[in-house]
Amino acid sequence: MIRLLAALCFGLFAAGAVAQDAAPDVLIKRISDEVIDIIKSDKDIKAGDQAKINTLVDAKLLPHFNFERMTALAVGRGWPRANAAQKQTLVDEFRALLVHTYSGALSTYKNEVIEFKPLRAAPGDTDVTVRTQVKRSGAQPVGIDYAMEKTPSGWKVYDVVVAGVSLVTNYRDNFNAEIRDGGVDGLIKALANKNRSLESQAGAKSK
Amino acid sequence: MNMQRFCFGFLLIGALGGVAGCATTGANPDDPLEGYNRAMFKFNDGLDKAIIAPVAKGYKAVLPEFARTGVGNFFSNLGDIWIGVNNVLQGKLDEGVSDFGRFAINTTAGILGLFDVASNAGLEKHNEDFGQTLGRWGVGSGAYVVLPILGPSNVRDGFSRLAVDWHGDPLWYIGNVPTRNELYGVRVIDARASVLDASRVAEEAALDYYSYVRGAYTQRRRSLVYDGSPPREPEPAEGPAAAAQPEESRKP
Repeated sequence: MIRLLAALCFGLFAAGAVAQDAAPDVLIKRISDEVIDIIKSDKDIKAGDQAKINTLVDAKLLPHFNFERMTALAVGRGWPRANAAQKQTLVDEFRALLVHTYSGALSTYKNEVIEFKPLRAAPGDTDVTVRTQVKRSGAQPVGIDYAMEKTPSGWKVYDVVVAGVSLVTNYRDNFNAEIRDGGVDGLIKALANKNRSLESQAGAKSK
Repeated sequence: MNMQRFCFGFLLIGALGGVAGCATTGANPDDPLEGYNRAMFKFNDGLDKAIIAPVAKGYKAVLPEFARTGVGNFFSNLGDIWIGVNNVLQGKLDEGVSDFGRFAINTTAGILGLFDVASNAGLEKHNEDFGQTLGRWGVGSGAYVVLPILGPSNVRDGFSRLAVDWHGDPLWYIGNVPTRNELYGVRVIDARASVLDASRVAEEAALDYYSYVRGAYTQRRRSLVYDGSPPREPEPAEGPAAAAQPEESRKP
C-alpha cells in the first residue's frame, strides 16, 4: 500500500515537473485539449452551469496565468504609484473581473478547431508569443495569441490577443481614466463596484 | 431617397447637438472629438438595444444555425470580390487571385455562395477594405470618429467606408430598391446576430464601455492593416515596459 502511494506521489511529482518544463506552445495545446475534452463531455457546462465552469477554470486555467503582470500592464503608468496592499487588491479585483466575464464564454464552445502556428523562439527565450487560429465552419478564422513568460513555476500567460486586440492593453484607457479621476483607490473602487454589480446580475439570473 | 436624406439630416442635427452639449475632456490625444463621439455612441447603443439587437436575437432564435451560416456565407461571398480588389491594390497579388478564386468556386460549387466550399479547399477567407488599403499605402488613421448607425470608425476608415467601399458592394448595383434595402437589412441583422455573445462579454468586461470599444476598434484596425502582425507600438515613457519590471528591481 505504502509502495503504491509512493509510486503515485512520484508519478504526480514527475507529471508536475514535465508540465513545468513543457515548451509554451505544447503547454497551451495540452491545456486547450484538456479543457475542450471536459467541455465536450460535460452537459452541465454546455448548459452554462456557472459553479462547474468556475471549478474548471480554477483548476485548469488560472494556474497558468500571471495575473500580477497582467494587472501591472493594464494599469500601466499608475502601477508604480500603488503601494503593496493596493497592488494586491488591484490584482484580486482584476482577476475576478476577467474570470467572471470570460469564463462564461467556455459554454459557447461549438466544435471550433484550434490550429497552432509554428513557434518563433530561440531555445533560451524567456518571453514568447504562442500564435493560434480558431477555425469554425462558416466563419473567418480568429487569431488568438498568448504572450507568455518563463517563470520558476513554468510558462505563464500574461496577455491574450484576440483578433489583434490585446485584452490587457485594452483596459489601459479605462484604468488610466479612473486613476486620473480618483487615484489608485478610485480605480480599486470602480473595479470592486463592477464586480459587485456583475455578481448581483449573475445572482438575479440564477434565481 | 428623400427619406434617406431626411434621416441623414436628422442624424446630422443630432450629432451637432452632441458636439454642442459636451465639452471634450481631451484625455486621449487620438480622440479629440470625444464629446461628440460619446453622444453618438450613446445614440447608436440606444438604437442597438431598442431595435437592432432584439431583432437579431429573434432572428437567431428563429433560424437554425445552418441557415444562418448560409446567410452569412452568401454575403461573405459577395464581399470577396472587393476584398480581392483591395488585396491587388495593396500589391498582394496571390491573395487577390485567391479571393477571386473563392468567389468563382463558392458562386458555382457553393451554390450562389451559400456554402463556403473554397475554405475547405484551402482558400482562406481574408479581411480587406479600402481603409486598410489606404493604411497600407501609409495613410494614418486620423482621429477616432463614431459614425451614426455605422458605429466606431476613424477619419481614414470612415471616409473609405462612406465614399469608396460603397461602390465595391455588389448590393449597391441592385436596381430594385426595395429588394436592395431588404438585403441590406438582412445583412445587418445577420452580422449583429453573429456577435451577440461577443458584445455582451465586452459590455460586461468594460469599466467604461465607450473607451473599451474605442480601444478595441483602434487595435483591431491597426492589426488588420498589417494583416495580423503589426509592428510593436512605441510605449509611453514610464509606461507598461517599466511597470512590467519585477518590483524588486525598482526598490531604492
